[in-house]
Amino acid sequence: MRVRRLLPALRLLVVAPAFFCVSATAAFAAENAGVQAAVDALNTRSFDDKRAAATELAGIDDPRAAVVLEALLAGELFTERGSGRLVIATLVDEAAGPRAGYALRDAVTDEDLGETGRRGARRVTVNNALRRYLRGLVAGLRLRDEDANNRITAVRAVADAADPDLGPLLRERLAVETEGDVRDAIATALTVFDLDSPDEATRLAAIAASHGNLDGTVRMKLTALASDDADSGPVHSEAVRDAAKDALAAIERTVARFQTVETILFGLSLGSILVLAAIGLSITFGVMGVINMAHGELIMLGAYTTYVVQTLMPGALEYSIIVAIPAAFLVSGLVGIGIERGIIRFLYGRPLETLLATFGVSLILQQAVRSIFSPLNRAVATPQWMSGSWEIVTGLSFTYNRLYTLIFAGLVFVALLVILQRTRLGLEVRATMQNRSMARAMGIRSARVDALTFGLGAGIAGVAGVALSQLTNVGPNLGQGYIVDSFLVVVFGGVGNLWGTLVAGLSLGVVNKFLEPVTGAVVAKIVVLVFIILFIQKRPRGLFPQKGRAAEA
Amino acid sequence: MLMARLLNHERGGWILLAVLGVLAVVVPVANLAVPPDSVFHVSTYTVTLLGKYLCYAMLAVALDLVWGYCGILSLGHGAFFALGGYAMGMYLMRQIGDRGVYGHPELPDFMVFLNWDALPWYWYGFDQFWFAMIMVALVPGLLAFVFGWLAFRSRVTGVYLSIMTQALTYALMLAFFRNEMGFGGNNGLTDFKDILGASLQADSTRAVLFVVSALALALAYLFCRLVVTSKLGRVMTAMRDAEDRTRFIGYRVERFQLAVFTASAVLAGIAGALYVPQVGIINPSEFQPLNSIELVVWVAVGGRGTLYGAALGAAVVNYAKTVLTGTLPEVWLFALGALFVLVTLVLPKGIVGLWRRRQQSRRDLAHA
Repeated sequence: MRVRRLLPALRLLVVAPAFFCVSATAAFAAENAGVQAAVDALNTRSFDDKRAAATELAGIDDPRAAVVLEALLAGELFTERGSGRLVIATLVDEAAGPRAGYALRDAVTDEDLGETGRRGARRVTVNNALRRYLRGLVAGLRLRDEDANNRITAVRAVADAADPDLGPLLRERLAVETEGDVRDAIATALTVFDLDSPDEATRLAAIAASHGNLDGTVRMKLTALASDDADSGPVHSEAVRDAAKDALAAIERTVARFQTVETILFGLSLGSILVLAAIGLSITFGVMGVINMAHGELIMLGAYTTYVVQTLMPGALEYSIIVAIPAAFLVSGLVGIGIERGIIRFLYGRPLETLLATFGVSLILQQAVRSIFSPLNRAVATPQWMSGSWEIVTGLSFTYNRLYTLIFAGLVFVALLVILQRTRLGLEVRATMQNRSMARAMGIRSARVDALTFGLGAGIAGVAGVALSQLTNVGPNLGQGYIVDSFLVVVFGGVGNLWGTLVAGLSLGVVNKFLEPVTGAVVAKIVVLVFIILFIQKRPRGLFPQKGRAAEA
Repeated sequence: MLMARLLNHERGGWILLAVLGVLAVVVPVANLAVPPDSVFHVSTYTVTLLGKYLCYAMLAVALDLVWGYCGILSLGHGAFFALGGYAMGMYLMRQIGDRGVYGHPELPDFMVFLNWDALPWYWYGFDQFWFAMIMVALVPGLLAFVFGWLAFRSRVTGVYLSIMTQALTYALMLAFFRNEMGFGGNNGLTDFKDILGASLQADSTRAVLFVVSALALALAYLFCRLVVTSKLGRVMTAMRDAEDRTRFIGYRVERFQLAVFTASAVLAGIAGALYVPQVGIINPSEFQPLNSIELVVWVAVGGRGTLYGAALGAAVVNYAKTVLTGTLPEVWLFALGALFVLVTLVLPKGIVGLWRRRQQSRRDLAHA
């Protein structure tokens, strides 16, 4: 699933820059002459002529045109003394001012022309009228940029400059713009302008349009409009104030709604981790009645496997995590089978002793990792495609690593269901879980089933470790923090019931995240613990108890 | 009479009491009366260390009462130990008075540091020794009673109970780490000055604490013997071996379990209260689940269900811990882990079981 999703993206990554380079050079060669002529025309004393030249320059579809116009606006466009060609000059030393001289670059070709003294170049002057005109031109150019993100940045810049002269420009762009995000940005910017409009009808319309708009500037303007305090600004008419208050209230409601959604998403993400950590435990506990205290350390082994895989293939960070998943499954699974064959099989029917022995194993594994890798945390890098966040709508976003963990937990869950319900091994596992001696009588080699079940549970712990390595620090104590939580999930959900584990894990995650802002993280944990202790009073066998005689054993 | 009944056919018990009696006399004398350059001198460090072992042994005896005789494996007994310790620590904190770093007449240093201006209500009364001693028993006992009432009533037993007790101590650890709890946050309570007017730094105070610990261990052992040799003890063993059958015969199993669990928690609390003045600090790391589970291994190594074996196990494992963490700190966790595995696989009855088996085979040989 992941591989298929990744491949086209990678192909694009390789092809796109090459294509871009070729097209850019061709265009540059063709339009170079036009740009050169227009730029040269700027070298005149008459402001009217400069204005005409700038207009012509803005008409040429070339990235350099914007650069030159911006330089002119910023007072960085100079004519080189002697050659008379136009250059973009920046101060060599900001603090020393022009005395230290200028660094020059050719305005058209961007060629480095070295440094010159303060008298080596003469500024191309602009007056106020021309400056205002240029500002519009530059904004217009930026609004026509090929990259939608640059367009959004340009729109925001126009909105922040709060220059009402540019309003018409935005409207013009809105008429031709096709990209949804850019349109939204323009609409917001126009709303901001209209909120300042002297015309009350325009203002009221803008207030009506700003319902549900989460933009910070809009909220600020609305707060100013809603205020009836004369000190903080002009008091507006009653109608405007009331409308602004309504709009603000609507925005607050949207924010609150988004926060709820966000909390649920965070809770689900935490819950998916709990499910990943607990589900292996649920299998071993359910099938074999074995409490595996080393489960947390098997998770830790998975996380360290991710680290090792990443260290072994330093050039392929993007792929390493995909390699790490089967690797971690194998490493933890094999260690798990080793534990089962070496220790647990001698202790069947003595759950308390098993608990102690596996606890000993967990101490040994922890110390082994500490001795091999060091007691310090190891850094596991996050691949590019997992970093960043997904902005669902403005004001509501979800980081990719959490999103992928959620999806991943779902996939693992489904895979496990398929294994247990649709394969030979699953059939044998379920038979052993329900009635061990009957299963043996039917010819199932229960010892082999036990080893494989334990290996499966341990392998899933390893896979959970891969997911955790993307979310928390990878250290020798990684597993300890999850063992108590995952036992609670298993107990809450009902032993040996995968659906119970899923529901319990997700709901505990969500409840935890809802409690956290109210009570703080630690108290939230304690509240959940107390809740589970009380819950067990009512339903000692969890949310979804196993029915029938098997449960009495 | 009573002693004879309690220790009938219990050679290990006699040995334990004898060893405790000898220690209680010899160690203080060797520390206080023998000059420091003599070979027979026992340093104050050793006295404190032995005193610590005695507290651990008492804790182990308390756990053995519930685990060995009732079959309830508590992975949270460290919490009762720590609560008793905190109650004692609060008394010792109040005894510092205005000799703290900030010199506040009433508030402990950490409260001044947190800018609190009054003592929280739950600190009232801890300046009185008798009140603190009541709390040492009451707080762990009450917690065990409430927790046990909830757990046993709904028949949470076996591994479920173990996990819940572990969760309990884990939750308490998280809670005590918080500064807002008013128990000194992660630094805990420390910098104690004196107890009942006697300086804690003085050798004589340490020697007295040592003797008191030995006495407490002996009394705890006799108390547990009293319980297990009584009729209640018979019911406990029956519950351990066949809980359902005992219930069917008509015993209210959950009441017996609750009573023994609470008594054991009180013993653990007293052990903690004796422990704190000797080591001079109590902090939330005592609540760590690892501590409680380490305690289980002491009992398992010594031999569960024998009481004196638990005390022996506590001493042996802790001595090994002191030696190993001093010389080879890397190896200690490996050794502890291996101990868990080996004891459960090879030595299910612990050292005492090994000894008894040898006795048995020698007797068999004599008869043959």
